[in-house]
Amino acid sequence: MPDLKEEEIPLAGGEARAEETRKRRMTVNMGPQHPSTHGVLRVVVDLDGEVITQAAPDIGYLHTGIEKQCEAINWHQVVTLTDRVDYLANLSNNLVYALAVEKLIGDIEIPPKAQWMRVMLAELQRLSSHLVWLGTHALDLGAMSMLFYCFREREELLRIFEMFSGQRMMTSYIRPGGLALEPPRGWHQRVKKFADIFPSRIDEYETLLENNPIWLKRTRGVGYISVEDMLTEGITGPMLRGAGVAWDIRKSEPYSSYEKFDFQIATRTGNDVYSRYQVRMEEMRQSTRIIQQALDGMPEGPWKADAPKLTLPDREKMKTQMEALIYHFKIVTEGVRVPAGEVYQAVESPRGEIAYYVVSDGTSKPYRVYMRTPSFGNVQALGTLLKGRLLSDSIAAMGSMDFVLGDVDR
Amino acid sequence: MLPETLSECGPAATIEGRDPSIITGGHADRGEWTLLIAPERIVDACRILKERETFVRLSSVTAVDWYPAEPRFEVVYHLHSIERNQRLRLKCKVGGEAPEIDSVTGVWAGANWYEREVFDLFGVGFRGHPDLRRLMMPDDWEGHPLRKDYPVHGYKYSYKD
Repeated sequence: MPDLKEEEIPLAGGEARAEETRKRRMTVNMGPQHPSTHGVLRVVVDLDGEVITQAAPDIGYLHTGIEKQCEAINWHQVVTLTDRVDYLANLSNNLVYALAVEKLIGDIEIPPKAQWMRVMLAELQRLSSHLVWLGTHALDLGAMSMLFYCFREREELLRIFEMFSGQRMMTSYIRPGGLALEPPRGWHQRVKKFADIFPSRIDEYETLLENNPIWLKRTRGVGYISVEDMLTEGITGPMLRGAGVAWDIRKSEPYSSYEKFDFQIATRTGNDVYSRYQVRMEEMRQSTRIIQQALDGMPEGPWKADAPKLTLPDREKMKTQMEALIYHFKIVTEGVRVPAGEVYQAVESPRGEIAYYVVSDGTSKPYRVYMRTPSFGNVQALGTLLKGRLLSDSIAAMGSMDFVLGDVDR
Repeated sequence: MLPETLSECGPAATIEGRDPSIITGGHADRGEWTLLIAPERIVDACRILKERETFVRLSSVTAVDWYPAEPRFEVVYHLHSIERNQRLRLKCKVGGEAPEIDSVTGVWAGANWYEREVFDLFGVGFRGHPDLRRLMMPDDWEGHPLRKDYPVHGYKYSYKD
């Protein structure tokens, strides 16, 4: 592949070349069932030879009206829908919704154990999501074996999620008021075993890729987009950090006691596919550190808030206590009443800023749940990212964005 | 005139200092600032906030339907300043038969899809938008699903079918 600098790329234009350009022009439809788009994204690409003159992403193929459905069910039931927004970062979505509802309610105190559990689970989720990204991204660029290595570790993560919640992916484990269930017996050893072994696995991935000349050629210097464009177009997360902007919501607006954990924001300044890869690798290392700290310092105590009107009572108590039975009946049939108001709660998901704008009118159903998802903002900038680049590089550039189409369309 | 709860809100004071007719109200609630902006001045407000108050990021644009109240729609803008670590919510009330508001794509290019989404799902038009088409729903879809008078299962099918 020729090593093209930006100014040397033969962009279409100029009167003299107009006729020849018209002959060479072609419009290619990529997707919605193209494997490298990782879902049902359609991109209409105008080509001048091998160079993309315009790329227009077309979304909506996975629109399921989640925001509309949220308005028809009660506050607790919405948790199951948040799982399905970003199906690779379920716990991050559970977490942001839970935090938003708790912020609306106001006077509720989440016990430390629940908070630390949430941090640990969110970081495990980040590892799981980054592993899917690494495996499929490397697969797109021709390093096939990476997928098997990454999914080996991801399998263990999914088993851990299953141990906690009974589900591998649609966990619904983080609920308003705490957690859904008591953490299972033996979870500590299992997560510890994973966290101990995982750093060596990251080294393993790096030896596989960093010594691979094809990988380096296809990622270094590819997929540049200026920081100004990123900010105005709404790109967040590892893409922005790969361009040297040290903005991470876990640090800037700490939630769920992230301020008590010691970790660094992973940044690189290359602003290309390779930098984004490095940022995510570093993030996996930092996440493992956070998980280790959470395991070592896990506080004792209850795993959900003492708020009988919000959280479901223990099963055992329901058999012996009248109040518990009444609260259970009220919560299940009527739902929880949340005070009127509006909040905007943001957390750092594996893909960037995920924020829920939740409006309550004081009834037992949300009046409006708006999901500001990171992939939506990122995919929007695809046109700017791909313009003037080679078609063969577009796969690498798109992969480095790490979007999930469920997250885009909702 | 700024409400008292917003006395500590620097960005609001800046807008107020430049043109007192832009902000029509607002409040601070649960640690979040909300400014009510006169709908025809939204672009001015955004431009001031971006250029004078470092709100370089537009986090999202969405709407809330307060049917059957009139004006029924609230268009909601969430702004974010990385430099100051601040968030700000702007709201404009629009209503009528064909609700419309000026587009802020001239200030942040990234408003493009957010406004298209609001247009698609709420039917609020954006004047000066470069490409105002449906985003999520098919082009020939009838109605705007996120409006409160639109049934959850749509017009065409019911649970009985």
